[in-house]
Amino acid sequence: MITFQDFYLLAPEIILTVLGFGVLTLGLIFPRMYRETLIAIVLIGLAAAFFFATHHWNNPAATAFYGMISVDKFTAGFQCLFIIAAALTLMLSLNALEEKYLLYSEYFALIIFATVGMMLMASSAHLLTLFLGLETLSVSLYILAGFRREDAKALESSFKYFLLGAFASGFLLYGIALIYGSVGSASLAALAARLTQNAGVMEQPLFMTGLALMIIGFGFKIALAPFHTWAPDVYQGAPTPIAAFMATGSKAAGFAALMRLLLAADLMTAALWQQIFWVMAVATMTIGNIIALRQDNIKRLLAYSSIAHAGYILVGAIANNETGYAGVLFYLLSYTFMNVGAFGVVAYLAKAGQEYVNISEYRGLAYRRPFAALAMAIFMFALSGVPPTAGFLSKFYVFSGAVQAGYIWLVIFGVINSMISLYYYLGVIVVMFMQEPEGEKTPITPLPAVGIALAIAIFGTLNLGLFPGQWMDKFQTLARSLM
Amino acid sequence: MNQNFPLLSFLILAPTVGAIILSLIPGDRTKLLKMVTMGVSLLVFIVSLPLYFGFDESRTAFQFEEKHEWIPAFQATYHLGVDGLSLLMIMLTTFLMPLIFLASWHDIKKSVKGYLISMLLLETGMIGVFASLDLLLFYIFWEAMLIPMYFIIGVWGGARRIYAALKFFIYTMVGSLLMLVAILFIYFYYGKVTGTLTFDLVQIRDLLFPENYQIWLFLAFGLSFAIKVPMFPFHTWLPDAHVEAPTAGSVILAGVLLKMGTYGFLRFCLPLFPNATMLFTPLISILALIGIIYGAWVSTVQPDLKKLVAYSSVSHLGFVMLGIFTLTHQGLQGGLLQMVNHGLSTGALFLVVGMIYERRHTRLISDFGGLAKQMPIFTTFFMIVTLSSIGLPGLNGFVGEFLILLGAFLTNKWYAVIATSGVIFAAVYMLRMFQRVMFGKLDNEENQHLTDLSTREIAVLVPVVAMIILIGVWPAPFLNKMEKSVDHLIRTVHYRAERVQQAPALAPLELAEEDSNKPSDLELKMAKAGELTK
Repeated sequence: MITFQDFYLLAPEIILTVLGFGVLTLGLIFPRMYRETLIAIVLIGLAAAFFFATHHWNNPAATAFYGMISVDKFTAGFQCLFIIAAALTLMLSLNALEEKYLLYSEYFALIIFATVGMMLMASSAHLLTLFLGLETLSVSLYILAGFRREDAKALESSFKYFLLGAFASGFLLYGIALIYGSVGSASLAALAARLTQNAGVMEQPLFMTGLALMIIGFGFKIALAPFHTWAPDVYQGAPTPIAAFMATGSKAAGFAALMRLLLAADLMTAALWQQIFWVMAVATMTIGNIIALRQDNIKRLLAYSSIAHAGYILVGAIANNETGYAGVLFYLLSYTFMNVGAFGVVAYLAKAGQEYVNISEYRGLAYRRPFAALAMAIFMFALSGVPPTAGFLSKFYVFSGAVQAGYIWLVIFGVINSMISLYYYLGVIVVMFMQEPEGEKTPITPLPAVGIALAIAIFGTLNLGLFPGQWMDKFQTLARSLM
Repeated sequence: MNQNFPLLSFLILAPTVGAIILSLIPGDRTKLLKMVTMGVSLLVFIVSLPLYFGFDESRTAFQFEEKHEWIPAFQATYHLGVDGLSLLMIMLTTFLMPLIFLASWHDIKKSVKGYLISMLLLETGMIGVFASLDLLLFYIFWEAMLIPMYFIIGVWGGARRIYAALKFFIYTMVGSLLMLVAILFIYFYYGKVTGTLTFDLVQIRDLLFPENYQIWLFLAFGLSFAIKVPMFPFHTWLPDAHVEAPTAGSVILAGVLLKMGTYGFLRFCLPLFPNATMLFTPLISILALIGIIYGAWVSTVQPDLKKLVAYSSVSHLGFVMLGIFTLTHQGLQGGLLQMVNHGLSTGALFLVVGMIYERRHTRLISDFGGLAKQMPIFTTFFMIVTLSSIGLPGLNGFVGEFLILLGAFLTNKWYAVIATSGVIFAAVYMLRMFQRVMFGKLDNEENQHLTDLSTREIAVLVPVVAMIILIGVWPAPFLNKMEKSVDHLIRTVHYRAERVQQAPALAPLELAEEDSNKPSDLELKMAKAGELTK
């Protein structure tokens, strides 16, 4: 029977759904409403959802709606992360360039719906809930990617994402069907129970095909090699804040779903799957980093860098131990700050009608816009994993999980990749600080919301890098509850 | 001073606080910015004096220890302390910093604020590296320090500064990332053996690693340190970085940063991996000898003053490495003292070269000649510094090199013979350079109007030269400070190496000063862990 408790457990999702529809209605009633008012309403709604999510963190794990939803520390942790990513994205959207076409309340509503989708993915205890969440997320993102309607690049981005995404969803659904066929239930708990009962299921071709198809579906969302090719084109055409949202929130949601599956099927104990993921992790980081070396568009560079980071994060999941999973969470959180920050600087610099996307346009930025250059430098150092930033400790965290599990070579590959990545991250700093400024001093447009978002991102990046103690404790308890 | 005053934390944090204060001052008030920086660095130096005078040289344990919880999830602690190995390095850092700011008073024209902030952050990093006793904390300081140095070379450097900065950063980072993997391995290995996880060096150094592990760990740590030293053949970043860096950057690089490599060997490689140390001693000694000779020869043919000094560093650091890896009392003491000496003399050489460069905007030896007539005070200082670098008795360089050669002679007399030839080559290139710059005819038109040193410049050089002479005639106080620690280190290496050979299984060890019969904490812990696994 569905009780009040079920609704309480689903509170963050419900709040955000109501918020999304509310924003749409408001937009209908007051078409000339100030964006600042709108964003204030949205941020208050997000804060309410955040409050409930933190509530769930402290409560014992529970399931709701006949075992379709499971609310535990894992769910709560990921939901908080998604809300942070969404809030930062929304604040970044108030920049000079997006002013023109992001006036619409639809934009806000779609970001909120995408967040609901992510939250459902994290809280799903059933493969169908998972699929529903993924679709809610994807459809919102297809539209958001093409929001700059008059731009051919944006249309390409949206269309490419839609076509490939539809295929990936198809694979996922097909995989779910096959798994349902071999296990007899699409509930993750039933799946786990069946596998402990009869380990032979793991070896069944039907089950294995199903798993493989599902992994393709998630691999697409996370942009794991070889399912990563969409990312650069889509990020390039999408509005910058949306690119940041896809690289952080959507990627984290993919990881949440993947981890649910990995843990339920206890996949990482099987040598075959270990090897597959091992190869995928190494391929993802290597491809991402090597192609990033040759990029001259900052959004494409960040896209390839985000592919590479997915590879590092996967290392933590492969480790399949407490440190590794806690590392994945810690990594995703710090990655949200540093990557939203990096995209945020791009958004911050945008002028009405023009965006700074060519790296050559950043020449001598330190002398024209010192704050932006400094912020970008911090995020670049963080992304390349130099202490004392969060980027270092995140890599340290996932790699230590892998060393603990005995994957020394995987870690060495990760470390070599970090070295490669240094080159292009430092390249951006070189351009900003060590080359002579070019062109006129652009007047600074006051963008309080973007500035606050950047300040939060900087604070997060440095705080997680210098005083990570209490965060790591939290993630460690989370990971312990998973094992 | 109060015993509980967190002296080391103060030294580490004061420059950062200074940098934060600077960031609040508007960038065009350069005079104020410089005064504040100078004040902070002087304060740090003055506060560091009690460290030196309060250091109890009769003890081998770490002193001025501070330990606080930092990342409980990893059992990483904020653990600081000094012993005879790190004391002089910290003193050298705090001593050089105010001089550097004074020396570069007019040097830097472009964004002075950023420069001063970078320098102060660098000081935090350097002191942090020498004072940390936690592997993770050490690693963070070790890496974080790269960022300000990268900017100092890359923003305020010479024509090829971008190339040099990138090369410096990537070289160093490549080495240290492998060290990170090794640190992680140690962490979990320690956890597996004892049942507790820790990054604390004081606990980890009680553990003996099996020989085959030691070899890999030594290589991972050693590569990162060898790049930093830099040891032949990893030295190629050094000339680029030195030549392109602004004067102050070169002084810091030569004076302190290179010492981090040799310090790393002393602090980590020797005590933690004694068997690997023994095994690699011939290889490292030979590389050190190659470095000595090669550095000297390449110096001889340099047309550029700064490059000459840079290559001479390769040679000098070769001496330090040779001394350390003699694993004798004399060699190690000499090596450690030579680290200080090199910081002083090469630092001073860079300062002197910077002063002449500021006047003439060239560093080519062939552009000079006969300066002695025009700049007598400058010549005097230059002479003293040159002679100290060569190792003239009565000046600091002699004491260090003599001890190193003594140590080398005790282990392998051929090492000593070859190294001695390095001293001769040093005399060749340094004196030849000095002669071509200072003596001869003052025939270059532009050199005839050079002004002699200003009061500020004299104020920069006098303290350095005073230290050069002091160590030269009375090295005892400095040697005494390190004596016990060096002695303890050598005994540790030999004792532990034997323990591994006798029993390849893990043998806990505490080289106790008082009673060795009492089981150490570690043994108790391991016994407990053993019971648990049973």
